[in-house]
Amino acid sequence: MGNKPKRYLLVLGILLVGLIATCLISIMIGPVFIHPLLIIKIWAYKLSGGLIQPIWSNIQETIVVDIRTPRVILSMLVGMGLSIAGAAMQGLFRNPMAEPYILGMSSGAAVGAALAIVLGAGNVFGELSIPAMAFIGATTTIFVVYNIARTDGRVPTETLLLAGIAVGFFLHAVVSFLKIIASHETLRDVVLWLMGSFALSTWADVRMVILPILLGIGVLYFLCRELNALQFGEETALHLGIEVETVKRILLIASALVTAVAVSVSGIIGFVGLIIPHVVRLIIGHGHHILLPASALSGGIFLVLCDTLARIVTQPSEVPIGIITAAIGAPYFVYLLRRRKKAISWW
Amino acid sequence: MLQVKNISASYQQRPVLEGISFQVEDGEFLGIIGPNGAGKTTLLKIMTGVKSPLTGEVMLDGKKMSSLCRKEIAMIMAVVPQSSFIPPLFTVEDVVLMGRYPHQKSRFVTTEEDIKAVEEAMQKTNTSNFRQRPVNELSGGERQEVIIARALAQEPKILLLDEPTASLDIKHQMRILGLVRTLVKENGITAIMVIHDLNLAARFCDRLILLHNQKIYAQGVIKEVLTSQNLKEAYEVETMVEYNDFIGALQVVVK
Repeated sequence: MGNKPKRYLLVLGILLVGLIATCLISIMIGPVFIHPLLIIKIWAYKLSGGLIQPIWSNIQETIVVDIRTPRVILSMLVGMGLSIAGAAMQGLFRNPMAEPYILGMSSGAAVGAALAIVLGAGNVFGELSIPAMAFIGATTTIFVVYNIARTDGRVPTETLLLAGIAVGFFLHAVVSFLKIIASHETLRDVVLWLMGSFALSTWADVRMVILPILLGIGVLYFLCRELNALQFGEETALHLGIEVETVKRILLIASALVTAVAVSVSGIIGFVGLIIPHVVRLIIGHGHHILLPASALSGGIFLVLCDTLARIVTQPSEVPIGIITAAIGAPYFVYLLRRRKKAISWW
Repeated sequence: MLQVKNISASYQQRPVLEGISFQVEDGEFLGIIGPNGAGKTTLLKIMTGVKSPLTGEVMLDGKKMSSLCRKEIAMIMAVVPQSSFIPPLFTVEDVVLMGRYPHQKSRFVTTEEDIKAVEEAMQKTNTSNFRQRPVNELSGGERQEVIIARALAQEPKILLLDEPTASLDIKHQMRILGLVRTLVKENGITAIMVIHDLNLAARFCDRLILLHNQKIYAQGVIKEVLTSQNLKEAYEVETMVEYNDFIGALQVVVK
């Protein structure tokens, strides 16, 4: 897979520029329009420690620095993380239906969040009780699923998949039960959380997720050669010299970390982690050298775009971002599928 | 050199191999034959380190296989599996380059050495003409050549083949086994092959091991192993084994 590096660098460069442009546009748009040059000036001022003469109002500065930028960065990080984790899960399970939530982590996070919202669990975490409980729910779930599937030091992917689905269904039942016993207002909060939102994003959220997500992305990208070899089956990968069980474990831990962290600050945003990797395969390429980084960048662009729409389509109120991702993502994906004459078979 | 020392194995208490010992010398082409259920697949899985034996040890180059990591094993031994599943869209070059995995120290750089090994492997297997084509679009015979090229890119001392001709036509059967034979004779590679076709085994292998009832029933040069008596005992069929001048090898005819 060492060929075509120039083309790949070009593609990644274009995506990176696209990502930065999308972020800038997203910061521009809102109830108050802010000129892109002004955004750059404000940030240059903040980052340089005040070397430029401020020619803007405090309100403009607050909108750019405290409201829109953290929200854009957070949605970008979550989009990047979910997309690369989805690509890695599809590669690991060799299944086009795989996605970051496939091992029941979303349901686990939902139980945690619902417990916090409905029963006030996790009060010890103070303001962070919902993200903290969601994170605990997600990580506990993956830990339980992994251990259910483990037999004699091996984790067969088929068993893992089925264990994840079973545990996911069980947790889903728990969430449904919590919804039934919830009061009117808390029920609404649970439902909104389940659809995902960046409406309350702050710099604290960004600080909390940036390291784990970037670390997870780095680890997943680091394993792109192993993922390529795994496409030929686990035995072949073993014969090529890959410590398959170790690689599987690292892939699972890294995607679980990224996913759990993403879900804890944004709720359950579906569709991104499932579809973005397929879009990248259709348009750019399938080898994990390019698929993983391109998925991360495209996922970032896509989610920033969706969150911008979530903010503006029904101003002044907001649409949950999960509705937007599916509502604009699904038709686009169907268009890509139809445009391609050949049947899709990646595995 | 590969040594199998007193291997036993079982699946859920049911023994599938008992006390298997043999040795394969450098530059030798060994065939493993035997009826279905004799334990050939299990033996191969143990020799490739996919399954660990109940007792006994496989020695690679005088080292216990259980003490080597997968990369070390892959630098000594390459495997051509029976039906290699080929995911779509990987080109021939991509697939052959994967054979360099155990040698690559950097994860993102392909060295001169890698390129040289890949070119050489494709040349030996006559696959360089279609290097840019997706492997899943090739014919069964061409695919098998690509998989052998990937194995050669590992620069192994030992090549393990599991039914390499299973789904090939007679032309490609001859081509693939001829290729393995050439690699053994000209490059000093040791080849071990599990094969059902006794006539192909007789033509291409130096030595045979006949597995029967979880044990080695017979081993030695072709004419010692392929006798009507041995075959009747192992396969429960009447056969006639004759030297055929036209092909210059023993030929087994089943009644």
